[in-house]
Amino acid sequence: MTINAPAKPPAAPPASRKRSPGIEASRARTAIILLLPTLIAIVLVAGFPLYRTIFFSAQEANLTTPGQATFIGLENFWFTTAEGIGLGFLQDPQWWTAVRNTLIFTVFSVFLETVFGMIIALVVNSAFAGRSFLRTAMLIPWAIPTVVSAQMWAYMYNDSFGLIGQGLLGGQALLADPSKAIWALIAVDVWKTTSFMALLILAGLQSLPGDMYEAADMDGASKWTQFWRMTLPLLRPALLVALVFRSLDALRVFDIMYVMLGANVAASTSMTGYARQQLIDNQLLGTGSAVSVAIFIIIMAIVVVYVTAFRVKFD
Amino acid sequence: MNLKRTNPGLFYLQRTLFYLLVIVIAVYLLFPFAWAVLTSFRRAADLFLPPLQFIAAPTTIDNYTQVLTNPSFRRGLLFSTIVAVGAVAVSLLFGSFAAYALGRFRFKGKQFIMYIILAVSVFPQIAVLGGLFTLITRFGLFDNPIGLMVSYLIFTIPFTVWVLTSFVRDIPGELEEAALVDGASPLQTLFRVLFPVMMPALVTTGLLAFINAWNEYLFALTFMSTNRTVPVVIANYSGASQFDQPWGPIMAASIVVTIPLIALVLIFQRNIVSGLTAGAVKG
Repeated sequence: MTINAPAKPPAAPPASRKRSPGIEASRARTAIILLLPTLIAIVLVAGFPLYRTIFFSAQEANLTTPGQATFIGLENFWFTTAEGIGLGFLQDPQWWTAVRNTLIFTVFSVFLETVFGMIIALVVNSAFAGRSFLRTAMLIPWAIPTVVSAQMWAYMYNDSFGLIGQGLLGGQALLADPSKAIWALIAVDVWKTTSFMALLILAGLQSLPGDMYEAADMDGASKWTQFWRMTLPLLRPALLVALVFRSLDALRVFDIMYVMLGANVAASTSMTGYARQQLIDNQLLGTGSAVSVAIFIIIMAIVVVYVTAFRVKFD
Repeated sequence: MNLKRTNPGLFYLQRTLFYLLVIVIAVYLLFPFAWAVLTSFRRAADLFLPPLQFIAAPTTIDNYTQVLTNPSFRRGLLFSTIVAVGAVAVSLLFGSFAAYALGRFRFKGKQFIMYIILAVSVFPQIAVLGGLFTLITRFGLFDNPIGLMVSYLIFTIPFTVWVLTSFVRDIPGELEEAALVDGASPLQTLFRVLFPVMMPALVTTGLLAFINAWNEYLFALTFMSTNRTVPVVIANYSGASQFDQPWGPIMAASIVVTIPLIALVLIFQRNIVSGLTAGAVKG
């Protein structure tokens, strides 16, 4: 590390800052240079495309000819024609169905994952024969690609030879009925991600001090009391961060719906599915971008609420 | 343990219930995958059999030969590998630079940069889909694995930076100070001193990022039309008609795509858990 090599003779005293940049300033410069590739990549794949999406959300634009966009303000969001026809996605009942279904999906799947994940983590955290087997088994649903698990479950839900569709329900086409399909999808997501939740909770459990439990045993606190009074409060920070990340994942869900229900039904089952249909299938760059902006705002608002309400600390 | 002496009945009841719970959990976690494996070895005609006869039905590897000779599946494997490996390699290189800077250097605006990176990792991919699509088509990268690879950086980069930063922080500072005193430049320090120490972290982070890239569906579906990646191929696998889903081959393809991931996950089990918790619990 060359910090200050006096190349010029010190004839006139230069600005004091320039003469001796100091190791701190030099290291700060190095740090920025090291960060540059990452920052450029983020601007390229996140910053600029996001700016374009926001830009197109206020334009009437077609996906194949984005150059011919015309500014229309907020009409992609809300617009009523002179004949009283409601345009703009906020007046589209399908969007609101998608929002409702996404919220149902998020609330129930995250809740069930947390409860099941907690049960599995508590079981695996206690000593018993076969514990290492179960810890290994836990990783398997998580390692399976989402599309694969969607196909696996679509097969089990199949009404003519599926184990669940034919075997348990006697030939009911679960996925064909929108009011039931959402619960079938929740089951898939819960199966796939419970083990992830369990892993995170397990890591939290293992960082809890063991002697505290010995003391509680001595004092005669029941396991039940110990769980509610000690384990849960101490796990709170780890649990909250896991909840934030799982909720955000669930809100932007796409693959499960798209693979199991097809593009059209997915558009009324997930916000992302609706956005993609507008954007890609209908080629409506303006409307699709407006929907994307709405989803972005919803998700960022939820992040802010979580972080401020629960004082989640990152870092 | 004293329950065993004071009330053996209750003790054994508790044990039995506990093991029952263990069995229920194990079946819940493993059964759907086991059923898919079984199906992948059954003939199409046997799929209609009731479960017990289905289990006992003759085994065949036809589904696997059909899938592995299917040109679009093989292309899918190739493109998935190119895209995922490329995205992971770029992310690890950029990510380790950034992690070194964020974990070891003090400078103004560091907190801000960390929050930006965190914000990108909670980004809904749909928010950039339209913008990215117009950029990709403008640069002629539609249906090109490079375009897809670059788009994957949106989730692989924040993840690698975040996890590697927490690993870099845990490396004792003396190592780097010794290198500094010997006159090594920051890049030399990174490559010669920190990289060897960070090897396990790089492997873990790379593996987790690889799994995410391998599984990605939305971008792969949108930015590629003929050069599809395997998740898209599996999702689109269809038979003669819309109502004739070839479940045997679909399951076989699913198993082919999943087995390498499961093998990697089982081999690196310990690292994975630490990588996941560093990435997810800390943020």
